[in-house]
Amino acid sequence: MLVLQSLTKQYGARDVALKNVSLTIGQGEIVGLIGPSGAGKSTLIRCINRLVEPTSGKILLDDIDLASLSSGELRRQRRRIGMIFQEYALVERLTVMENVLSGRLGYVPFWRSYLRKFPADDVRNAYALLDRVGLLAHADKRADALSGGQRQRVGIARALAQEPDLLLVDEPTASLDPKTSRQIMRLISEVCVERGLPAIVNIHDVPLAKQFMQRIVGLRAGEVVFDGMPDALDNAVLTTIYGAEDWTAMRKSHDEDVASEAEQARVMQEVGAQA
Amino acid sequence: MNQVSHAYPSRWKRPPQIFTDPLWRRIIYSGIALYLFLAIGSVEVNWTRVWEGLERGQRFIAGFLVPDFTTRWRDMSIGLVESLTMTLTATVVGIIISVPIGIGAARNMAPTWMYLVCRSIIAVSRSLQEIIIAIFFVAMFGFGPFAGFLTLSFATIGFLSKLLAEDIEDIDKSQVEAIRATGASWLQVLTYGVAPQVMPRLVGLSLYRLDINFRESSVIGIVGAGGIGATLNTAIDRYEYDSAGAILLIIIGIVLVVEYTSGLIRRRLQ
Repeated sequence: MLVLQSLTKQYGARDVALKNVSLTIGQGEIVGLIGPSGAGKSTLIRCINRLVEPTSGKILLDDIDLASLSSGELRRQRRRIGMIFQEYALVERLTVMENVLSGRLGYVPFWRSYLRKFPADDVRNAYALLDRVGLLAHADKRADALSGGQRQRVGIARALAQEPDLLLVDEPTASLDPKTSRQIMRLISEVCVERGLPAIVNIHDVPLAKQFMQRIVGLRAGEVVFDGMPDALDNAVLTTIYGAEDWTAMRKSHDEDVASEAEQARVMQEVGAQA
Repeated sequence: MNQVSHAYPSRWKRPPQIFTDPLWRRIIYSGIALYLFLAIGSVEVNWTRVWEGLERGQRFIAGFLVPDFTTRWRDMSIGLVESLTMTLTATVVGIIISVPIGIGAARNMAPTWMYLVCRSIIAVSRSLQEIIIAIFFVAMFGFGPFAGFLTLSFATIGFLSKLLAEDIEDIDKSQVEAIRATGASWLQVLTYGVAPQVMPRLVGLSLYRLDINFRESSVIGIVGAGGIGATLNTAIDRYEYDSAGAILLIIIGIVLVVEYTSGLIRRRLQ
């Protein structure tokens, strides 16, 4: 369970990125974090594993306050928090396998990681994860040889290799096409359900958030302005979060995407049946 | 349609970018032209001496056109082996020392005090030209390739550390962030997040430095730091232009070979 207590982040004297954010995320809960660019979504996620240092407030992960840890303790706690990045953030020149195994870095001594001599269990688990995300055949390819969707799958496998207690997901579909975006979102929500993993997902695509999230938190200028079920996210709420916009048109184009995807799946099935 | 397009100007000139004020532009440009004119005028040329020099140059070139590899072959081969030895050892030692200094001099990897220390080492190494260091080391340790080895190692540190540090500062931050987020230690972040990104450049720069070190080894030989440069200097002092020509041809040949192979290796590495 993750509890944020009046988390605040200030850049400089006047630039407040997060104002008194308090949230509680229960076991296995998948929370979508929406809001306009600059609302502090990325900052919020990065404060939790302290890639960004919070100015004040508490971050309790199963009663350990992450905000007050020393650097050695912080590294041990970071192992429990898997992170999936926008633009994948794979180490491009390393192989897919090395990228997945890098999720184990916090657990192995330096010489093992340097010589690529990871424990047998870690290697077996890495293969199993690659199989789970459908990339078993690509284990020895270099990460930069993969397509966008495949890279994000490697990113997911790397985060899961940590055997985390919490998943932080930062705009996982920002550079993917609509169909691949859906596949990735589906994969993330599936693995979270399989493992009972709580997750915070930054997402700028509102229809996608409504389709895959169990709960939605809306952030505006560093403050929580909405916290509720996806169904409660109507035009009035969206206007509070984002400001005025034609929400109906946006939803219609999303419905068209979903319909065309279903249509494509049906056609594929027919072709398969004929063959 | 035509009516509308007539309303817009059909001529466009790029506005001046640096000196926007036309008066200042004229003053600055004419100032530069005047200085250039005066500077050229102040260079004294003794035309009779130039004429004599041309004749001497002809003898020089005539000597080079009939290079003599045999008469001084023993001296040449000793000089060559010395040069190649100090080039290779100095490059290897230089790389070993520059890698930690380069990492320390990267702002995104090191604390400020270490950054400043490493940057100062680089500044000292870079501000002293090879010949000056060579003269210094020759005075300290006597004539011969040891002084040359120290000179080239010292020069390699400034070159390689600076370029490596700048490379590390330019890497993709998100890859490093992702490795850091797994709970990796500083050394693990270095080997997993940073090293893969800079390794091809580091190898390329090292090969490039090997190439430079060989060329420098022939220059510093002239001030007494051993190697093929010393042999070349002796040959010119004795007016043996045919031997000097042979030595220059050997240097050119080796530089070409080193450059071609290093280019080949760098291309394979990408």
